Amino acid sequence: MFRLTRDAIDFHALTESVRSPHCGAVVLFLGTVRDLTGEQVTVFLDYEAYGPMAEKKLAEIEAAVRKRWPIGEVAMVHRLGRLDVGDVSVAVAVSTPHRGQAFDAARYAIDTLKELVPIWKKENAPNGSGEWVHQSK
Amino acid sequence: MTIRVKLFAAMRDLTGDEVVEVELPDGATVGDLRRELGKQLPLARTLLNRSGIAVNHDLVENDRALAAADEVAVIPPVSGG
Repeated sequence: MFRLTRDAIDFHALTESVRSPHCGAVVLFLGTVRDLTGEQVTVFLDYEAYGPMAEKKLAEIEAAVRKRWPIGEVAMVHRLGRLDVGDVSVAVAVSTPHRGQAFDAARYAIDTLKELVPIWKKENAPNGSGEWVHQSK
Repeated sequence: MTIRVKLFAAMRDLTGDEVVEVELPDGATVGDLRRELGKQLPLARTLLNRSGIAVNHDLVENDRALAAADEVAVIPPVSGG
């Protein structure tokens, strides 16, 4: 399951949604809005996506995760729009029979999401200036 | 053929447009599109050179041939998460 949303991410519900009697391990990763990047203070972020392509890439990541690990369920949600410091911007929840698989699958899912999914963030500073983050990897 | 190219994030802010139309000869490639975009959007040239081009929701190489019905977008380095 994957979703782009402009609403707050209910990560309790998301975690419940991946639980399964066949799975002894559930890993939840949350990305949250940080107040400092180096010395630059961030007051809020704006997230924007190229929706149809983002959904296609998320579907490909889900398929790759299911192919590589014995997944019970995998759920990925990314929030869009304005987010304040501390808000949850992204959540990945994975269940597998054993914990090593769940950690590995969740790590792969969030790393690949950050690398491939066309979503961009703009960091807005206290002085009102905002800058899109376009660092090359 | 006319290719409508979607722009996002700083690419859109630099140009002031969400979509830019580019006129290309039939059989033109993504490399040809990049050259035309560079001419039409001089302020965004540096970012364009660091960006990918997506056709029908997949990143493609410069030798990919374009068709008028393709959905084309400039994909600046992503920063989700």
